[in-house]
Amino acid sequence: MQKHGVIMDVVNEKQAKIAEKAGAVAVMALHAVPADIRKAGGVARMADPLVIERIMKAVTIPVMAKCRIGHFAEAQVLQELGVDMVDESEVLTPADEEHHIDKKKFTVPFVCGARNLGEALRRIEEGAAMIRTKGEPGTGNVVEAVRHMRKVNWEMKELAKNKGNSKFLELKASEFRVPVGLVKKTAELGRLPVVNFAAGGIATPADAALMMQLGADGVFVGSGIFKSANPEKFAKAIVEATRHFDEPKVLADVSRGLGEPMKGIGTSTLAMEERMQERGV
Amino acid sequence: MLRIGVLGLQGDVEEHMEMLRRLSATPVWVKDLQSFKGVQALVIPGGESTTIGKLMEETGLLEEVRKKARGGKGMPVFGTCAGAILLAKSAGKQQKQTGQKLLELVDMQVDRNAFGRQRESFEAEVEIQLEGNKKKKLKMNVPFIRAPVIEKVSGNCRAIATFENRIVAAQEGNLLAACFHPELTEDTRLHEYFLEKVRRQRTPATATPLL
Repeated sequence: MQKHGVIMDVVNEKQAKIAEKAGAVAVMALHAVPADIRKAGGVARMADPLVIERIMKAVTIPVMAKCRIGHFAEAQVLQELGVDMVDESEVLTPADEEHHIDKKKFTVPFVCGARNLGEALRRIEEGAAMIRTKGEPGTGNVVEAVRHMRKVNWEMKELAKNKGNSKFLELKASEFRVPVGLVKKTAELGRLPVVNFAAGGIATPADAALMMQLGADGVFVGSGIFKSANPEKFAKAIVEATRHFDEPKVLADVSRGLGEPMKGIGTSTLAMEERMQERGV
Repeated sequence: MLRIGVLGLQGDVEEHMEMLRRLSATPVWVKDLQSFKGVQALVIPGGESTTIGKLMEETGLLEEVRKKARGGKGMPVFGTCAGAILLAKSAGKQQKQTGQKLLELVDMQVDRNAFGRQRESFEAEVEIQLEGNKKKKLKMNVPFIRAPVIEKVSGNCRAIATFENRIVAAQEGNLLAACFHPELTEDTRLHEYFLEKVRRQRTPATATPLL
């Protein structure tokens, strides 16, 4: 039950405790934050179980961990460790270019990234219990998360408007490559049937508030906290900003004197093969 | 019209608000002392109890709710899942380990994540024994998500529902605690029961300005 919460990337017990203390609703246990994964290059894989277990022991809030797209054996390992949620994530190097994990075969819930309604519904059909925007991880640049959130919102509006038009819904179902029943249900709900978080490039309290105002149910903050000058303060400020996302006065207060945020990357300078969001459609 | 606050610091706030709207009450999103003013009752949603407790303390709501609802004779409060944990007097070992903040209003001890971590989430039928009428039982199909259980009740607190011989709902006067999530179902009956309590509450804890 993570709604209206902030989920923070952490790489050790110390960071996990800072996140818990700041009011995070969950932590994502990693061996490196996305900015460092990007820098390191090579193949990025599931974290060492030892790293994950140490973090699980350090905090009582839920602990999530990432596996590679399509790598169901990594997911089996994470389920065995007893993590609270698995992120089938484009931040890691995909293990399968054709298939995502058949998440219905697992008892642990999954979160998956999506750039548009089609991707979101395909992941839900595969069994995802939570969706997040992909954004462009490790950049500290919110532009891609905004693009993905707006795109899903726009497509959702169009779907809701046509909820009585079975021809339209059938067309969409075949475009999205999902059963028409799921499209119909989504059209009637007027929102995704699972929670939709913002992720990928969120670096400041105002970024979190922006995503919440665009309709996110909560936010993931990856490199934004522990790559900033003052992680304790940033973590707390982002939690506050997520709760008071529509109160500019509070946002001004929590943003004041925070110090240097993580250094960002302009996403237009990334070559296509450096863009993590293109992974796993 | 009943003005019912829903603690909106974190968790499934909208689901409770929607339930209350369906029952013709006016839900109020409570995130600080200001928005808590003028509500006749409070619902504490499911979420992460560590997070909600911490934020309640920071906003001053922990102390204020405690004051208004003390003894089960003041403001009616309904907590589900994390909300039930927050209502408890104690949360056992884990609480000491983490310094979990609690309202300490209901004379019960809870055990967090008693059914295991997230993978142990499930749906089950529970039978709830309502107050007043011995024969009146509520059968509901409800989801349990990383659910706590109530290890023991004492004083004026009574167990009102069990599942597999463990207590999953309790009541002490105007305070209602459920380890499951009725707000995630279409079944509004437990919320209705709570609202009846609010209506019967003759001395509202706060004057209610009509906005």
